[in-house]
Amino acid sequence: MMSHILTLMTFIPLAGAVAILCVPRDKHELIKRVGVIATAIPLALAVLLYINFDRTTHQFQFVEHYKWIEAINIEYFMGVDGLSVIMVLLNALLCFICIFASWGVNKGVKGYFALFLLLDTGMMGVFAALDFFLFYIFWEVMLLPMYFLIGIWGGPRREYAAIKFFLYTLLGSVLMLLAMLYLYFTNDHTFDMTRLIAAGSGVGMDFRTILVWLAFFVAFAIKVPVFPFHTWLPDAHVEAPTAISVILAGILLKMGAYAILRINFSMLPLVTGHFSYFLAVLGLINIIYGALVAMAQKDLKKLVAYSSISHMGFVLLGISVFTKQGINGAVLQMFNHGTITAMLFLMVGVIYDRAHHREIDGFGGLAQQMPAFTGISCFAFFAALGLPGLSSFISEVLVLIGAFNVYRLITILAVSGVVITAAYCLWTVQRLFLGPLNPKYATLPDINRREMFTMLPLAAIVVILGVYPMPVLDMIDVSLSHIIEGLSPSPFAAGLAMLIP
Amino acid sequence: MEPWVKDYIWVIVLLPLIGAAFNGLVGFKLDKKVVSWVGCGTVGAAFAIGMVAFFSLLQLSPQHRHLTNHLYTWISVGKLKADAAFLVDPLSAIMILVVTGVGLVIHVYSVGYMAHDKSYWRFFSHLNLFIFFMLLLVLGDNLFLFFVGWEGVGLCSYLLIGFWYTEKYNAVCGMKAFIVNRIGDFGFIIGIFILFWAMAGRGVWTLNFMELQENAHLLADVKLWGVGVATLATLFFFVGAAGKSAQIPLYVWLPDAMAGPTPVSALIHAATMVTAGVYMIGRLNFLYLMAPATLTVVAVGGAATAILAASIGTVQNDIKRVLAYSTISQLGYMFMAMGVAAFSAGIFHLMTHAFFKALLFLGAGSVIHAMSDKKDMREMGGVRKRMPVTFWTFLVATLAITGIPGFAGFFSKDEILWMAASTPNPIFENLPSLLWIVGFLVAGLTAFYMFRLMFMTFFGECRADEHTKSHIHESPRAMTVPLVVLALFSVLGGYFGVPAILGGSNRIHNFLAPVFGGGGAGHALSPGVTLVSTAAKEGAAAVQGSHGLEVTLMVFSVIVVLAGIFVANFMYRKHPDYPARLADRFQRVYRAVLNKYYVDEFYHIVFTATLLRINAALAWFDDKVIDGIVNGVGWITRRFSSVNGVFDNLVIDGMVNGLAESTISAGGRLRKIQSGRIQTYLYYVLGGILIIVMIRLVV
Repeated sequence: MMSHILTLMTFIPLAGAVAILCVPRDKHELIKRVGVIATAIPLALAVLLYINFDRTTHQFQFVEHYKWIEAINIEYFMGVDGLSVIMVLLNALLCFICIFASWGVNKGVKGYFALFLLLDTGMMGVFAALDFFLFYIFWEVMLLPMYFLIGIWGGPRREYAAIKFFLYTLLGSVLMLLAMLYLYFTNDHTFDMTRLIAAGSGVGMDFRTILVWLAFFVAFAIKVPVFPFHTWLPDAHVEAPTAISVILAGILLKMGAYAILRINFSMLPLVTGHFSYFLAVLGLINIIYGALVAMAQKDLKKLVAYSSISHMGFVLLGISVFTKQGINGAVLQMFNHGTITAMLFLMVGVIYDRAHHREIDGFGGLAQQMPAFTGISCFAFFAALGLPGLSSFISEVLVLIGAFNVYRLITILAVSGVVITAAYCLWTVQRLFLGPLNPKYATLPDINRREMFTMLPLAAIVVILGVYPMPVLDMIDVSLSHIIEGLSPSPFAAGLAMLIP
Repeated sequence: MEPWVKDYIWVIVLLPLIGAAFNGLVGFKLDKKVVSWVGCGTVGAAFAIGMVAFFSLLQLSPQHRHLTNHLYTWISVGKLKADAAFLVDPLSAIMILVVTGVGLVIHVYSVGYMAHDKSYWRFFSHLNLFIFFMLLLVLGDNLFLFFVGWEGVGLCSYLLIGFWYTEKYNAVCGMKAFIVNRIGDFGFIIGIFILFWAMAGRGVWTLNFMELQENAHLLADVKLWGVGVATLATLFFFVGAAGKSAQIPLYVWLPDAMAGPTPVSALIHAATMVTAGVYMIGRLNFLYLMAPATLTVVAVGGAATAILAASIGTVQNDIKRVLAYSTISQLGYMFMAMGVAAFSAGIFHLMTHAFFKALLFLGAGSVIHAMSDKKDMREMGGVRKRMPVTFWTFLVATLAITGIPGFAGFFSKDEILWMAASTPNPIFENLPSLLWIVGFLVAGLTAFYMFRLMFMTFFGECRADEHTKSHIHESPRAMTVPLVVLALFSVLGGYFGVPAILGGSNRIHNFLAPVFGGGGAGHALSPGVTLVSTAAKEGAAAVQGSHGLEVTLMVFSVIVVLAGIFVANFMYRKHPDYPARLADRFQRVYRAVLNKYYVDEFYHIVFTATLLRINAALAWFDDKVIDGIVNGVGWITRRFSSVNGVFDNLVIDGMVNGLAESTISAGGRLRKIQSGRIQTYLYYVLGGILIIVMIRLVV
């Protein structure tokens, strides 16, 4: 089984989707159970993968390699390194949790769960694929279900949001496709990512490679999302159903950062060196801009969406400097953001299901009415603001300490982001939960067991990784060190840093 | 031989956490008795082990007085490593005893004070959590772990200030405290980065205090932005200290923190958390000694804060606010001591202050309790007779803080004044005299506002309404016993540091000497000499020769204290109408002081309002400009494709019929871009692939 573990993890959800299609449309309970099973098995497998993974090498492991379309050298090639294992684990966990978060869906249940599982397959595949074409297919496979899940099960402006999401991502896909084909034709017609990576150090700096780098970068930056390609995110988040928001923020954004590391960094390292400063500045903008705009939001879900933009800025800043602390912090931040933002969106879902609106100022004093919910929500907000002792503190500090070695002023400005983050988080907590209870909500029921079940495991992870982050750091260290090996900010980037420090 | 307690230091830290978790998770189901036993018991046990650690330390020879309890490697990335490890040395040992000792007393007091609160369990859970984080701060053996405690106590402060959260005001005060502290932490973490970067540049990858101390000399000539890194890092650390310890310009949160329950004000906002900044400078003394510029900033900042806060304290009417400003002012004294490198004098004052200020707050709490939760002194008066224990203990604390000879504050404060006056400063020649004058004036102001508080609260006629009046009663045992205990320490605490000149041996100095350099007993008497190497030699002579000065200064400060008491007596006991007339006469000045010099208003306009405006502007920018461009591009594409369609119709149509037709239909579909025909785009993608593949195959 271990030799096919990646295939199993990727396609069991798809099998679940097919199974759901065979279930009569009104057997909701059965459909949901299939969903649970089809996500629980990959989760169990992901844990197995985590345990059996050899942390001492950067080589891809659990490799499955078959010929597929021989005419143009497309292969079925799967495998993982430390970076992918962590992402796969996060994906398996969040998908499992999101099935429970979707329990309340009552319109088009069959379609919803089938599409959700298809989405799961796409995401899993992206993190496990080692053939570029296969990677691209999974990338696109994930797109369609997402479009429908937002467009059909979303809020009032769902169609606008879905189209916007789709067009943005499509633009990215086209760019990625073009750049991918460039690599294909310049590397003896191969889509084999390991070979492309090995050939990477030989790819020089010229006009064409810069264009290719930029095409990849824009394609992935849209997903992260990097300012100014981020405006699809607030709309998509606000309109998407709760579980889909969780997936969007928890996994999809990570795919962008994952792809930048796997493709831009590994396949075009020399060009990447020139863009070091550029990445750092974009990271800084994301951190500050996201936090400032978040603070101005009146819609709770939009606030959380913008906070994601801010938190993903740390990932960009961390990878921009090619230091061990920076990149380890960035990937740890990807994982931590996945768990924390998931909690925040779940929390928004809980309150929206009860009050049917998300206007922050429309609440107040909920702590009296919903103490357990208040407790877990405050926990999530404190995790988001990077409270020491919780997981995000460690990732943010690692990113900053790594970045400070190279770009000092940028890092100092970025640290000011944590003050703004604290301000909007606490202000939100105060407006939602503290003060006198709004009499309109004097009858709201507290968080129920199912909802608590979706949040508690995440909370446990946030605490554990805050007290002992080594389970993730150990996993990623060797692989990431390999990625940044030989990468350094080019004299050009360093020169820019001298001009504008 | 290493004492056995070395491997059990973690228990001291963990016990309060267990108490917090227990009460926080199941406390709401339990009887209040169980909650109080768990809450007080865990802190008491921690105190007991702390005592053992303290005495084990005393058994060791001075240069071996440090015990490290290594638990596990917490973070390890590349060469960056931070352990979960605890360090007990003389400095942290004193802090353990202060934190758990005063903490225990206040926990017991809370049993009485909070007896009728429905969230009793939550209170004890948070209070225990605070002790946990405070111990983490004190015992952490590296800057990261220290920082966890540093922000953790801020969290507890936030939770406890807003403990009665149903009042929006309390919640807002809690938020303000946390955010202002975060601004300080912003500085603190940058200090860590600078230090780490500079050390790493010298090949020492560490944030461990002991290792930093050993290698600090490597930083002597490292510069960043033209400034020595030691100076830069310590300045940033001081920003953090200004936040946590309520110094200019970040002191504004502390008076508002009084919204929390009074035991919280006593424990967190007087005795322990707010002194963390002072402790931090003590912990990093070896760095501060390398940065005379920073030390000067610390001393001047402390002095300015001391006098500013003391002046505001003289006109406040809320009993807790007077004490809050008094705390800020006393913290200013401590920073003054740290700023002249009189570290052990600063820590000594930290300790005595913890005793008498906690007592003052608890006494005030006892009065507030009796006055049906009223805090305005204008509605009090004459409670002395009904509350004898509270009165006498409060008097002891007042005498201690004003510095009446024989009480704790006298020894610690006068030592600070003496050190301030006799430590030469390499940057400003006149600084010592200036510091002393400010300290001297603050001593007078302190005596004035404390006795004003005494007279307004305990003397004269009661000005409360009849209903409140009839309820005035002495507090229950759980509250009065802690008062007596603290009163005892407010007297005895001073005798740990009786200076040589008064026939003492200044035990606390000798005990702290291994941490603060020097080591030899003679040297420890004058730690100020290590300030700067060049100044050191003259300084040593100056300090050695200044014992005569010490006595003179003592006499002066006793005189000013008596003067302060005399004026307070004159204004608030003999002629109670006098303050109002005075306020009338100097209306402008009075208003300005009463309103805290309008600093809060200034901050609000300059920072809060501006920030909110920037937020709104950026949100507008995001929505209209960036998203506008996105939508605009969509619109243009739609237009373009319809124009394209027309062009196709007129020009190309007929030439390549099949191609034209498909283009037209594509154009038509593009026009419906907003209606969601995804299939179209998939065709495009597919088409694109085919075209490119074909081109490549052909070319």
